[in-house]
Order: sequence, then C-alpha cells, then structure tokens
Amino acid sequence: MILLWYILIPAVAAPLAWLAGRRSEVAARWIAVAGTAAPLALVAGQWIAAAGTLGETFAASGPGAAGLVAGSWIADLKTAWIESLGISFFLAADGLTLIMLLLTFALGLLAVLCSWRGITQRVGVFHLMVLWTVAGLAGVFLALDLFLFYFFFEMMLIPMYFLIAVWGHERRIYSAIKFFIFTQVSGLLMLVAIIALVFIHGRETGVYTFDFTQLLGTPMAASTAFLLMLGFFAAFAVKLPAWPLHTWLPDAHTDAPTAGSVLLAGVLIKIGAYGMLRFMVPLFPGAVAEFRTWALVLGVVGVIYGAVLAYAQSDMKRLVAYTSVSHMGFVLIGVFAWNELALQGVILQLVCHALSTGALFILVGGLQDRIHTRDLGKMGGLWQVAPRMGGTAMFFAMASLGLPGLGNFVAEFLILAGVWQVSEWAAVLGAVGLVFATVYALWMMQRAFQGEETHGLRFADLTKIETGIFASMIAALVLLGFWPQPLITTARQTVDGLQRMTAQSALAQPADPGEAAAAAAETETAGGDEGGAP
Amino acid sequence: MLSLLWLIPALPAAGFVLLVLLNRRLGRAGAAWIGAGSVGLSMLAALLVCGSFIVSPPAGDACRQVLWTWMDVAGFTPAIGFYLDAVSVVWVLVITVVGFLIHLYSTEHMEHDEGFTRFFTYLNLFVFSMLVLVLADNLLLLYLGWEGVGLCSYLLIAFWQKDPQNVYSGRKAFIVTRVGDTALIAGLFLLLTQLGTLEIQPLLRAAEQTWAPDSTVAVVAALLILGGAVGKSAQVPLQTWLPDAMAGPSPVSALIHAATMVTAGVYLIARTTPLFELAGDARLAVALVGIVTLLIAGFSALVQHDLKRALAYSTISQIGYMILALGVSGWEAGVFHFGTHAFFKALLFLGAGVVIEALAGEHDIFKMGGLARKLPAVFVTFTVGAAALAALPFVTNGFYSKDLVISTTLGTADGNVWLYVGSILGAFVTTLYSFRLVWVVFFGEAHTEVTRRPRWRQTMPLWVLAVFSIITGFLWLPAWIGAFHPLEDFLDTALPPIEWTGRYAHFAESAGAAFVIILIVYGGIFLSYLLWVPWRRGTHAFAASPVVRPLAAFWLGGWGFDWLYERVFVRPVKWFAHWARHDLVDYVVDGIAWVNLAGWRTLSAGQTGRLRSYVAVAGFGVVLVLAVVVLR
Amino acid sequence: MASVSLEHALILAAILFAIGFAGLLTRRNLIVVLACIEIMLNAAGLAFVAAGARWGQADGQVMFLFVLAMAGAEVAVGLAIAIRFRQSLKGLDVDDADRMRG
Repeated sequence: MILLWYILIPAVAAPLAWLAGRRSEVAARWIAVAGTAAPLALVAGQWIAAAGTLGETFAASGPGAAGLVAGSWIADLKTAWIESLGISFFLAADGLTLIMLLLTFALGLLAVLCSWRGITQRVGVFHLMVLWTVAGLAGVFLALDLFLFYFFFEMMLIPMYFLIAVWGHERRIYSAIKFFIFTQVSGLLMLVAIIALVFIHGRETGVYTFDFTQLLGTPMAASTAFLLMLGFFAAFAVKLPAWPLHTWLPDAHTDAPTAGSVLLAGVLIKIGAYGMLRFMVPLFPGAVAEFRTWALVLGVVGVIYGAVLAYAQSDMKRLVAYTSVSHMGFVLIGVFAWNELALQGVILQLVCHALSTGALFILVGGLQDRIHTRDLGKMGGLWQVAPRMGGTAMFFAMASLGLPGLGNFVAEFLILAGVWQVSEWAAVLGAVGLVFATVYALWMMQRAFQGEETHGLRFADLTKIETGIFASMIAALVLLGFWPQPLITTARQTVDGLQRMTAQSALAQPADPGEAAAAAAETETAGGDEGGAP
Repeated sequence: MLSLLWLIPALPAAGFVLLVLLNRRLGRAGAAWIGAGSVGLSMLAALLVCGSFIVSPPAGDACRQVLWTWMDVAGFTPAIGFYLDAVSVVWVLVITVVGFLIHLYSTEHMEHDEGFTRFFTYLNLFVFSMLVLVLADNLLLLYLGWEGVGLCSYLLIAFWQKDPQNVYSGRKAFIVTRVGDTALIAGLFLLLTQLGTLEIQPLLRAAEQTWAPDSTVAVVAALLILGGAVGKSAQVPLQTWLPDAMAGPSPVSALIHAATMVTAGVYLIARTTPLFELAGDARLAVALVGIVTLLIAGFSALVQHDLKRALAYSTISQIGYMILALGVSGWEAGVFHFGTHAFFKALLFLGAGVVIEALAGEHDIFKMGGLARKLPAVFVTFTVGAAALAALPFVTNGFYSKDLVISTTLGTADGNVWLYVGSILGAFVTTLYSFRLVWVVFFGEAHTEVTRRPRWRQTMPLWVLAVFSIITGFLWLPAWIGAFHPLEDFLDTALPPIEWTGRYAHFAESAGAAFVIILIVYGGIFLSYLLWVPWRRGTHAFAASPVVRPLAAFWLGGWGFDWLYERVFVRPVKWFAHWARHDLVDYVVDGIAWVNLAGWRTLSAGQTGRLRSYVAVAGFGVVLVLAVVVLR
Repeated sequence: MASVSLEHALILAAILFAIGFAGLLTRRNLIVVLACIEIMLNAAGLAFVAAGARWGQADGQVMFLFVLAMAGAEVAVGLAIAIRFRQSLKGLDVDDADRMRG
C-alpha cells in the first residue's frame, strides 16, 4: 500500500498547491516542498527497512530464482483495473525502484527549492505541474503492468510540456512542441509493440494480459522479437536520449525553466535507461543480443558527438545539455554490455549524472537570474565576482569530466570495465570521450569563470538556499565517489534478478578471455599510439 | 608506528577540507598555518612511519593497511587501502619533505597574492592526491591519485586565472595528460579483465603466473601503462604541456612540475616492474621514449630564454633519464635518479622563484645577470643545484645517480651502445645548459635592479634542499669508490636488483666509465663558461647566423610538436565542432519538419477562398468523373 | 404541331446549363451569379419536363415543381446574403469574399 502513497502524495499535493497559490505563493511553495519531501522520507524509510535483504543475491531456488517475477519484490500491489482487457493496477518495488524513487523525490524537492526565487509567475500552477510530473515519474518507476507503465509514461509528458511552454525561455514553444512530438511519436511505437506483444502472448497461451511478469519469455519468431524490441528501443532511446534521437534534448533543456531542466536531466531521461533495464532487455534478450553491436556504436558515437558539440556551444545551458547526451551514451553502452559491472555502473551513473548535471543546471539558472544571459561570450572572470559560485562550478565541471573521487568516476569506470568484456573498442572509445569531456568542461570554466572580468558584471554570490542545495549535492557525489557501496548493495538484487531473466539467452554468454586478449592485441597493432612502440 | 600510515595522506586531506570550509574566515596567517602545518604534520608522520619501516622492516618488507572496501561489484573489490614498501617509502619521504619545504617557502613567496588561501587549498589537495598515488595498494586508487594530481596541476598552472594564457596552459596540461590517462585506464580494463583484480601485488603475481614472457597481452598491458606514464611524466610524444605549465607560481613548478607529480610515471613503471619484466618489447619502448625525450628536451633547454622554461625542459630531460633507466631494467637506478632529481630540481625552481620575484617578475635570463653578489644565498644554493643537475663529480647527488643510470644503459642485458652514447651526449648537453643558467643569471652585468630580497622562510628551504642535493648522493656509492650502498640494499627489498650482465658490463661498472662522465662534465662546464662568459657575443652571433638560427628556433619551440599537434588534432576538432555546432542531426529533424511545412504550403495554395475557382474546380471535376464513367 | 424530340429539349437544357455555368464562372457580380444559378436550375427543370413528356409520366413535372420551390427558396436566401454581403464588403464582387483562403 505504501507504493500507492508515492504516487498519491504528490498527485494530491498538486491541486492543493494550485489552490493555495491563488492566495499565497509561499504557501504553494511549502506545499510543494511537503509534497516531495514526504514521499522522500517514506522511500528513505523503506530503503532502510529493506537494506538488509537487498544486498543478497537470489537463492538458486525459491522466489527470484528466475529473476524479478512474483514473490521477489520487497513490496507490491496488484488489483484488477480493466479486467476485460487484461489490464491490472500492478505496482512493485525492488532496489532499483527505490533508487529511482529516491532520485525522483530528491530532485523534485531540489526543483522546488531552486525555483524559490526564479519563478514568480503563476506560482500555484507551476507547482501543480512540478508535482504532477513527480507523481507521473513515481508511477513510471513503480508500474509493472505495461499498460499502466505506458499510461504514466505519457501522463508526465503533459505537465512537463507546460513547464517548458509556459515558464520557459526564448524558444519555449518550439522546444516544448519538439519535446512533445519526439516523445509522443516514439511512445506510440512502444504502445504498438506492447499491444502486439500482448496479442502474440494471448494467441499462444489464451491469456490476454498486460502484466509484465507474465509476458516474459513469450515465444515468438526472432524477427518479430527484433521488431518489437525496436519499438521499445525507440521510446527509450528518445528518452535517454541516444544519438541520433537526441536533438529534442538540447532545445528542451535550454528553454526549460531551471526546475524543468533539473527534472528533465535528473529523472525524466533516466526513464530511458530504466525502461531498457526493466522491460526491454528482459522481454527480448535475444533481440537485444542481436542489436548489441549497433547499440554500442550508437552509444559511443553519442559519447563523443555529445562531448564535441558541448564544446562547440556558446550557450552555457545548451553546453550542459549536450554533456547529458555524452553521459547517456555511457549508459547506453553499459546497458547493452549487460554484465554485473556495467549494470551497476549504469545505475550509479543514473544517480551521479542526475546530481552533477542537475547541479550544473541549477548553477546556470542561478547565473541567468543574476546576469540575464546564458551566453558564455558575455561572461568571463566571474570567479572574481562570485568565488563560491566559481568553486562550485569547478567541482561540478570536474564531476562532469569523471574525476576520480566523485561518484561519476566510479560509475563510468564500472561501465567501461563491463563494456571492455564485451567490446574493447567501445570501451576505448568511451574512454576517449572522457578526454573530450575534459575539453568541454575546462573550456566552459575558462569562458565563464576564469580570465578577466570585462563586462562590468556585479552580483551576489550564492544564497543560503543555493549553498545548501549545492553542499548537499557535493557531499552526495563525494560520498558516492569514495563509498558507493550503499547504492551498489541496494541494486545488487535487482542486477542479479535481471541477469537471471536473461540467463538463457545469447546475452548471457560470458566473454572468452582468450578472444579478449587476441582482440586487445589487434587494438595495439592498429592503435599504435604508445609513442615509442617499436 | 606503521599503523599511522593512513595519517600521512589524511593530514593534508584534512588541511584541504578545513581550508575549503573556513576559506574566508581564515586570515592569511590562519591559511598558512593550516596549509603548511598539515603538510608539516604529514611529514612528521611520514618520518615516523618510514623511519620505523626502515629500522624494523615488517614481514615481507611491506605493509598494507586497508581503511575500507571502496566497492564490491562482481568480485571486483578494490579497497581504499595503502601499501608501503621500499619504493613508496622513497616517494613518500620525498613528497612530504620537499612538499613541506615548498609550503614553507610559499607562505612567504605568495604572501601578497590575493588568492593566498586558494593557493594552499590546491596545494594541500595536491599533496594528498600525490600521497594517495604512491601509497595506493590498487591501481584504481592509484588512478584516483593520478587524476587528482592532474586536477591540482591544472588548478595551479591556471592559478593566476585572470590571464587567459595561464588558463590555456592549465587546460593544455590537463587535456594532454588525460590523453595518456586514457591509455592507462584502458590498461586497467585489460588487467582487470585478464587477471581479475587491480590490487597491485596480487595482480603482479597473477601476471607472472599466467602470462608467458613476451606474450602479446603482457606487452599490450605494459605499453598501455607506459602511455599513462608518458602523459604524466611529460615524455615524448606527450611532453608538450610541461614547458607551458611554467605559467604557474614557482613553488608549483618546484613541487608539481619538477619534484613529484611529473615523476608519477616513473613511479608507475617502477611499481609495475614485474609486468615490464614480462614484456621485452615494452621495455625497449620505454628505453626509446627515455632516450629520445632526454635528447630532445636537452637541446631545447639549451636555447631557452625564459629561466623557468629552461628548467622545465631540463626536467623533461632528467625524467627521460629515469625512464631510460627503467627501460634497460635499471629499476633502482631510475628510482635513485628520481630521489636526487627531486631535491636539486626543486632547489633550482625555488631559487628561480626568488630570482624572478627579486627582479619584479622578469623571466628572461638575458635581462638578469650579476646577481651573484646581490643575492648570495640564492647564488650559492642555485649553483649547488645546477652542479647537481650537471652531475658535478663526487660532491653532488646528481653525479652518483646519473652515473648509475648511464652505466646501466651499457651494463644491463637490455642496454646497448647506442643508448649509452645517447645518454652521454645528453649528459654533456645538460652540463652546457645548467651552467649556462648560472653564468648568465649570476655573472656579467646586471640588467635589472633587485627590488626584493628573500627572508628566512624562503632561504631556509633553499639551504636545506642544497644540503640534500649533496648528501643524498652518498646513499649509493659506486662499487669502485666503496661498498656503501644502503639505498640499493633498501630498494632490493622491493625491486629486482640491477643485473650487470650486458656485453660491456665490466666496463660499465668500472671507474673507466665514470671517468668518461667526469671528463664530459668538466668539459661541458668549461665549454659553457667559455661560451657564455668570455665568448658570449660570439655565441650570440653564432646563434643568430642564418644556418644556426632556424635550428635554434626549432629547438626553442620544442621541436615542432606543438605546431604539429595544433594542425593534426586541435584544428580538425575545432573545425568540426564549429561546423557541427548547430547539431548535424538536427538538420535531419528540421528537414522532416520542413518537408511537412512545404507540403502544407503547397496544398493550402489551392485554398484561394474564391468561390468561383472552387466552382470551376468542382465543375471540371464532375465533368472528369462523368467522362471517366461514360468513356470507360 | 411538329413534336419536339427529347434530344432537342435535352440539347437546349445542356446549352442553358452551360450558359449558366459559364456565367457563374465568369461573372463577379453576386446578383448575376444568382441569376446564373437560376438559369442552371431551369435548365435542369427543362430536362425533367422533357423527360417526363418523353415517357408520359407526371414525375418530371412534379420534379419541376420542386425545382421551382427550391429556386424560390434559393433566391430568398441568396438575396438576403447579397444584402449582408453588400453591407459588410461595400460591394457585390464575389471575389472580395476570400476570407476562407488557406
């Protein structure tokens, strides 16, 4: 029952905030704080209560032996909804869900806090939209009925659309519509795939159901599975976003209000990765194995392309947006590597990227509130004006380029180490992407914060709220950098379950060490970048 | 005592955290006390721990201290843990002692700088990262320190960040070293995948057990590690960042870009010695990198006008010697040269810092001159440093270590005559440029007024380092002088001893080989005296002659590496980024939108709103339909 | 009385219809347009009557009565539109009324 509260609390707080906002803006803000903080506390409580069991892998027999199916959840809730169509109201949570929920509510809270000063128009409606987005996100991460998942998946688009279109910046309508069309069209492809899957399953077994756990292992021709997998992949690749379906993201991030950017970068795009982990790969492991090479190529291209384009931007927010494209490329190759190292890395990357990029968006938003521009050409030397802001930006720039000691490094290391076992080339090129990450991160720092201050800009350094926000995010990233174990332990059972679900498929084939060595030798002869190599 | 090991890196880390948190609330004095004090305490802890390690070595001549398990994923369980053996003892002592002296020096050198607190914040973070690097018990933690020092190097090169040129130099350093780091991390992936662990000692044992000597995978792994070392230690082909790194304050150049960080590559290779022992081709690559670097950088140092740039090239060149020694299996010789070099090069940079400060920021050596009388303390200590750099026989530490390195290039099984001749030539060039600095800066006419004289916090480190630049050489005397080599015995507990098994080993070990070096050094010093004191005009004229000038310009610019990289790497990437800045993929998306718009425009052109045209179309439509029906 | 054959009547109706249609297309005055529509309606009515005479059935004449009634209604509505048209567009040129342009 607690699972329902995660969706209900923000969903109910939303109209309350709106109603309160007509009389008092501050009341609306506080209701929004309560509407995100309360479920955050609940998740934290559930997390602590379940911490003991999550670190264990499943036993060879009993619940979880076949992966994440009935009986393996730490909590679930299933009631009939539209029985005639086999649709049920099925919520369930495991370690991954808890992590995603923590992320959702924490960033929701941050989004509310960082809008405290910046949003002054239609405050009540704004918080209504934020809270509904949060509720929709919580639903996405909890739903295990494919129809219900699709329902939440689409539902949270609408408040997000309004967040961009109403409170956004210069090209907000364009960006909002672009965002909507991209996600909507790809979502429809997924819906088609879902319905087709249900019918195939129904024809085989006579049971028409949208229940994910029953749809697992539906027998079908390989070509059919591949097509259906592509339907899911389209939706999730757009969300992630994977190259070349990423172009909505820079526009949407740039024009969204800060809270919107934080939610987009922090949680919304994580749905792509979550959906692949939770649904796409377990449903179609064979097709995923077949698609692996292509996905690795897309991921690696995204890593490097995103980084190079980030370097090319002069709009600071757009720059940060492109870094997301680059970082999500790591997630994509990690998901398709599908071994424990890479999966743990992916989950960690989801959290760390949310923190580091979310912080950068809050920072850019704060800058924009102060100097009314995001153009790097009009900045420079801001360290002199606001040293604390400069130091903070430096920290998150370092997080973005994957500096060891911060969570992002652990995540990227684990991903690449996992990917190496599948494809050395993908791992090497991913690591090359980190060089480009250095280029854009340092370039951004130089253009905004270093050099001489020549534009006569004077403004206040970080406020107390901002200092609090950034301090908590810095602490979290450093903690994850030196002690990521809590998250790894939390996700262990999920990762184990996911791999059990695909154990019978081509995905699970372990890499042959001899082959890996031979390929590494090829790497050397073809690469030859070691300078003095004879 | 050994249980205090964790304190050595923890103290500077605590200093860093305090400086970050207190920041504004600290005055300069407070920042200086925390900054220098934390490193001073760390030095005391290091002296205690290393002292007890040397006096009563633990079982196995190494000790390991695990603080906590960093992560535990799929059987991969790197720890936040430290490992102390002879090699790390050498590095820890050098880092903390030189580090403390340089912190002390900085409290005076930077006293009027507006970023005083920031400076010590970065410096403490650096010392912490460097100590983690050399104490790490697994390669991942080593990599953490490795990147941490890279970050601090960037922050400190770009310390005076109002000048975009300084920031550029910092960025360049970070990015170029990160290229090498990519190779290193690929090496980590390879080792992890093949051997299942990154904990250094088990990993090395596993490599020895599972990999055949000279197997491809061993060579690849060693080469990837070499790639990392090449970047960090500014070796060819990734050496280009170090001369520009001189944009940072002088104490930074002394600590990071001379004594400690740039020798991380040497440490890494020494640390993974068994891997390189398995990979003959990789060792050859190491030796080639070393010899090429030391010669290229030596000639570049010879023509620099900027005092610090000259010292930077000499650093590259001296690290080339260390790498060369490692490449010919003279592991201990490389470590020895690191130890001596750290002292005399830090001394030279600190002395240069005082000189530059005294002349109100003048970097050009030809605008200095005549400083011997005005800055006597600096003159004496700087000369000691230059003598050590030039390997002045018997009295300087540089002589003993360089003599050993050069001997190994001939005396070990991996050595050969070419490497020997090259390193001799390098030694000759070294004497020329090191004494060139002494003659030009301290003798002759004064060109710039001295406006500031150092006080004790700057001169004391100079004297201490000068003493170290003499006495540390006596820790390992060559066999033909006497059987006193405590350092060798100590290093033997962690590294394979030098095996004099080469064809010319007998000669290499003898006084004869040393005599060659002595001859070269004295000859070089005498020649540099002639060139830059009595014949200086002639030298300038010679350098300006049409034949020599292009060559000198070529050397001055670092052999065109920057020029080449600018064209091959930087510009294409910039060009592509600029060309694609509106996102190429977005053109496709916009194209789809454009097709829709065009279709809409075409179709809506028919909607004229005129009744008569609608009627006409309808009428002709009816006629058409009827015609089709009737005539069919 | 020489009987008029069906063909002749139909040809006349067609000619009338074509005249009306041509007027509809070419004339811009709303009143003339309405008149042209009347001509076309009457052409259709003529065809009905002729056909009814040819088959000896009353249906043709009945249909013509309907056409007449419809023409009356059409003229009533059409003239009302014409008045509104003139008021809002200050003229009777049908081409001025192109607000439905896409």
